[in-house]
Amino acid sequence: MPDKQPLVSVNNLKKYFNVGKNLTLKAVDDVTFDIYPGETLGLVGESGCGKSTLGRTLIRLYHATDGEIWYDGMNLTKDLTSRESFQFTRRAQMIFQDPYASLNQRMKVMDIIAEGIDAHHLAADKKEREEMVVELLQTVGLQREHANRYPHEFSGGQRQRIGIARALAVNPDFVIADEPISALDVSIQAQIVNLLQDLQEKRGLTYLFIAHDLSMIKHISDRVGVMYLGSLVELTTADELFTNSLHPYTQALLSAIPLADPNLEKSRKRIVLQGSLPSPINLGSGCRFASRCPQMMEICKEVSPELIEVSPAHFVACHLADR
Amino acid sequence: MENYQDLPLDLFEKAEVNLDEKEHIAKPSLTAFQDGWIRLKKNKAAVVSLFILILIFLFAVFGPIFSSYDYAKTDYHHTFQLPSREHIFGTDQFGRDQFARIWYGTRISLLIAFAAACLDIFVGVTYGAVSALAGGKVDAVMQRIIEILVGIPSLIIIILLMMVMPAGIGTIIIAMSITGWVNMARLVRAQILKLKSQEFVLAARILGTNSRKIILKHLIPNTMGVIVINTMFTIPSAIFTEAFLSFIGIGLSEPRASLGVLINNGYQVLHNFPHLLIYPAIVIVLIMVCFSILGDGLRDALDPRMRK
Repeated sequence: MPDKQPLVSVNNLKKYFNVGKNLTLKAVDDVTFDIYPGETLGLVGESGCGKSTLGRTLIRLYHATDGEIWYDGMNLTKDLTSRESFQFTRRAQMIFQDPYASLNQRMKVMDIIAEGIDAHHLAADKKEREEMVVELLQTVGLQREHANRYPHEFSGGQRQRIGIARALAVNPDFVIADEPISALDVSIQAQIVNLLQDLQEKRGLTYLFIAHDLSMIKHISDRVGVMYLGSLVELTTADELFTNSLHPYTQALLSAIPLADPNLEKSRKRIVLQGSLPSPINLGSGCRFASRCPQMMEICKEVSPELIEVSPAHFVACHLADR
Repeated sequence: MENYQDLPLDLFEKAEVNLDEKEHIAKPSLTAFQDGWIRLKKNKAAVVSLFILILIFLFAVFGPIFSSYDYAKTDYHHTFQLPSREHIFGTDQFGRDQFARIWYGTRISLLIAFAAACLDIFVGVTYGAVSALAGGKVDAVMQRIIEILVGIPSLIIIILLMMVMPAGIGTIIIAMSITGWVNMARLVRAQILKLKSQEFVLAARILGTNSRKIILKHLIPNTMGVIVINTMFTIPSAIFTEAFLSFIGIGLSEPRASLGVLINNGYQVLHNFPHLLIYPAIVIVLIMVCFSILGDGLRDALDPRMRK
């Protein structure tokens, strides 16, 4: 897909938080990648590696510390006029992780879904508004009479679908799904993922799919980015990543996936990483993964590896791949 | 049956799952208010309290009208009457009808309490909301101001104010409100700080909803429970503070009556005429206890976490 023009282009994006005197938390540090129209980019990494921060910075909930985000020829990191940023809210939307916290308890489903319609004045009158909401409800597999209910009457999966309907109400091109399935039962997870894929086909959506479930990422993504401590360590197509991963961290992650075949599962070797995730506050120079890397070399302690393209569409940030 | 494979197949039939049926919600659709009311009704003590409060409220509003006596009219031929058909609650040292005075006093006490509670809500909610939404340095300065106010004993402020300002209902209301809003402001600030970073507020921002709508549709409705419950506890404490001020003699002055003034009068003749103390004391105790129980009941009824 590299011949196409990217929809979202992220260049050296940094997002730091001040957590005290002279202490900065580098939640996202120097991340570069592109998202092409119509594809799903999966983003994996363990808790606290900056996946959600990255997603929220992309959608302008957080102000980027440094670097650039280009969305369809528009620079999102420079100060947009209020009109520009209002228009951007129609183009990119977000689906949240917690289906219990993402819906206002005091509003009816009708008003929750119609929030975007109201904000952008998409419906001419009350009747049209209602018709739009019912259509959205049916799109996500719910019914007309659900519009007059309150969120607490729904199950987790149903709520997540309401959240999806709300995001779709403004007809976005780009949807950031911030761990949309990690709070749900496994049977419901499949339902939501299938719904997201159907919607992508019908509406030509582009997804940034944030998750920590590797099997799900493999199922839904065209390309996958692996994050570790705020930086992108490997970025390639889903097939390439699962068959030919190059970064030791990716290899360790993949080795943790249980196999469905009991005989293969018996012979599966896990790469168990030593130690725990270092604190992202005031990191020194050198590779971030050096402290836990089973193949650590001298150079890793001093020089932080760049994300380089080792083979077509396969990017990796590791000194091992450099040689 | 040892071997389950021998079971005849015709005993089984294929279960049909209707997809529409699966999404169906059997429970009737209720608004948040209806839902809260249903759960409040299950709490017997709260319902009884509500009933007693309504009764007291009605008496306070209409009681003096039905009485043929005026609360301030003295009658020196009939002082210190015991309760009788003429004077249901007896008369006081100036021959004033105690029944008329008690309900007039209750009216004044409730008026002071409701006015103080309204001022608390107005100042406290505004202050707390601004503090939480502005954040940063503004929030820090506003919180330090609150801490200073909390640090000074409120009774001292109230007494000093009452000495400076002319005696009257307005003075008591202002004196109590000057420190009373602090609690409300803190609760509202904490609630809005919590809500501000919740996902549904983030979703509203991403959808392009403007700040005014976010405050009115998301933040305030979700703070309502805290405001209502805190008010339920503010009202009895305001009644009590007023009664206390009147009792120590810096509240309302004769011939006006409040529950505190009546109790003070009754206390002075407690040995010979205990009924002058007992009736207003019963009314004030009922008001305090009922508001507390109702407040507890409302807290349980309005808390979405208690929802079954």
